[in-house]
Amino acid sequence: MRRTCLASLTDLARQDPRVVFIGSDTSRANLGEFIQQFPDRFFMEGVYEANLIGMAAGMALSGKIPYLNTIATFLSRRCYEQVVIDLGLHNLPVRLLASGGGTVYAPLGPTHLATDDLALMRAVPNMAVVAPCDAEEMARLMPLTLSWPGPMYIRIAKGGEPIVSRPDLPFRIGAGIVLEEGRDVLLVSTGITAQVILQVHKDLAAQGVSAAVLHLPTLKPLDRELLQVQARGKTGVFTVEEHSLVGGLGSAVAEVLLESGWRGKSFRRFALPDAFAEDLGSQGEIMRKHGLSSESICGAIRKML
Amino acid sequence: MKLTPLDSKAIAQRRQILHIMEKSQRGHFGAALSVMEIVRVLYDKILRYDSRKPLWPDRDRFIFSKGHGCLALYVVLAEKGFFPVAELDRVCHFGAMLGGHPESRKIPGVEASTGSLGHGLPIGLGMALAARIDHQSHRVFVLIGDGESNEGSVWEAALCAGKHHLENLVVLLDYNRMQSYGTTKEVQDLEPLADKWRSFNFGVEEVDGHDPAQLESILQRVPFVPGKPSVLICHTIKGRGFACAEGNPDWHHKAKISPEEVERLRKELENTR
Repeated sequence: MRRTCLASLTDLARQDPRVVFIGSDTSRANLGEFIQQFPDRFFMEGVYEANLIGMAAGMALSGKIPYLNTIATFLSRRCYEQVVIDLGLHNLPVRLLASGGGTVYAPLGPTHLATDDLALMRAVPNMAVVAPCDAEEMARLMPLTLSWPGPMYIRIAKGGEPIVSRPDLPFRIGAGIVLEEGRDVLLVSTGITAQVILQVHKDLAAQGVSAAVLHLPTLKPLDRELLQVQARGKTGVFTVEEHSLVGGLGSAVAEVLLESGWRGKSFRRFALPDAFAEDLGSQGEIMRKHGLSSESICGAIRKML
Repeated sequence: MKLTPLDSKAIAQRRQILHIMEKSQRGHFGAALSVMEIVRVLYDKILRYDSRKPLWPDRDRFIFSKGHGCLALYVVLAEKGFFPVAELDRVCHFGAMLGGHPESRKIPGVEASTGSLGHGLPIGLGMALAARIDHQSHRVFVLIGDGESNEGSVWEAALCAGKHHLENLVVLLDYNRMQSYGTTKEVQDLEPLADKWRSFNFGVEEVDGHDPAQLESILQRVPFVPGKPSVLICHTIKGRGFACAEGNPDWHHKAKISPEEVERLRKELENTR
């Protein structure tokens, strides 16, 4: 997914002279062609995120579309005030390419996990927040970023995720995607948990429960309308995210459901706890420990129905 | 420091700052008075701009990074016709264009919204780099404060600007040696300040920040060193022009100013040298 995201920038730069790349001491992998073809629009800078957000804002105020890449937690937490004021308040078309969103850097410990990034970015007025589920969805997203008017946070997953997005379903920033229709319950994902809820859908189907699968690659602006349509008549709505319980997908969905008068029986957020990670290991191990595997989710849902 | 006498324009502009304070009943008085001549000389003599076309692509950019000193900027922008002078009567009022910090989305001629310190230099750096990409000849001037220079992002941007040899970037440092609590010496000493900037690969000059002629002649010479960004350390006096406010941290920000106080300030200004 990261490779797709960064490699696509060369095409975008070719199409649009406003495109500029800024990296914060990141790897040169996947950027070779960009460096070669557009050296004057390639900026590999130091490890000073606050400065780079302001620099990107200054470029955007001069008509550029900067794509700024570094590790997700440093792009969200480290320079939050710059993101809010320089990008949000000025409403500038800067793209934050956030590598390793969620628990990707599990073995590196809590300083490197971005499990509050979606909440932080949702709280910024004008900020769009997008978390594609796989490389193909990332490939559909990137060309559309050229014309999005304001700032955008793009959460990049680990890479090598199984392809679960579908070329036959149109991708639009701000639009949800129904991956499976269903009658009884609604499963909702953002980012890589689409693959998890698709498996939950299958497991529930085997047990006679018909679950709709709604993938929300854009967390903000949220596709409230599609969410309400899909939730209508379902007895349960279950959100699954690689993010803390606070302020992410589950919170966003709950807000819409309560305000729209949804009257189902069960609602639950499957998410990481509101706590710093205690464990190392792998992304999969952390997700499983916190009940974010399809087996545990399926079991938990069965108990609630 | 030897005081440069304030000329008639300097007095007139200070009358307007006092007028705004009287009408709005608040403001960062001291900072506006220390930057007054810097802003005046920029708009009178140095910057290329067209107030009827504030977004003219070839204009020089001026980022007023120490946003709290904005009353000086408002006085000059109004004088130059960016907006009606009548706006100065309702600064900080509900529904007004002009607030306690300048906002670019509301005020013609303001390039970036500032107020939180340490944002302007990174933004100016980005503008200077964008101008280089597009082979544009305009320059970027960023006014920062000495208290503001406590912020790490100022030095992050300085490090980066030095690396890029940005000749088209000019930092104006309002060195009034006072911050909110007290002197920079007490709160956070910046010395050796000129050496710091030199070591960040800037061309450095120093000037009496209340002397318009000196400011003009030195700013005509930017870049100070070929191939380097420039910093002009402007030695100023916070509260300049009002004896009670000069160097007095009580006048960093003032609210609720009585008519008697305004009268006293008016007299002080007319008697100042």
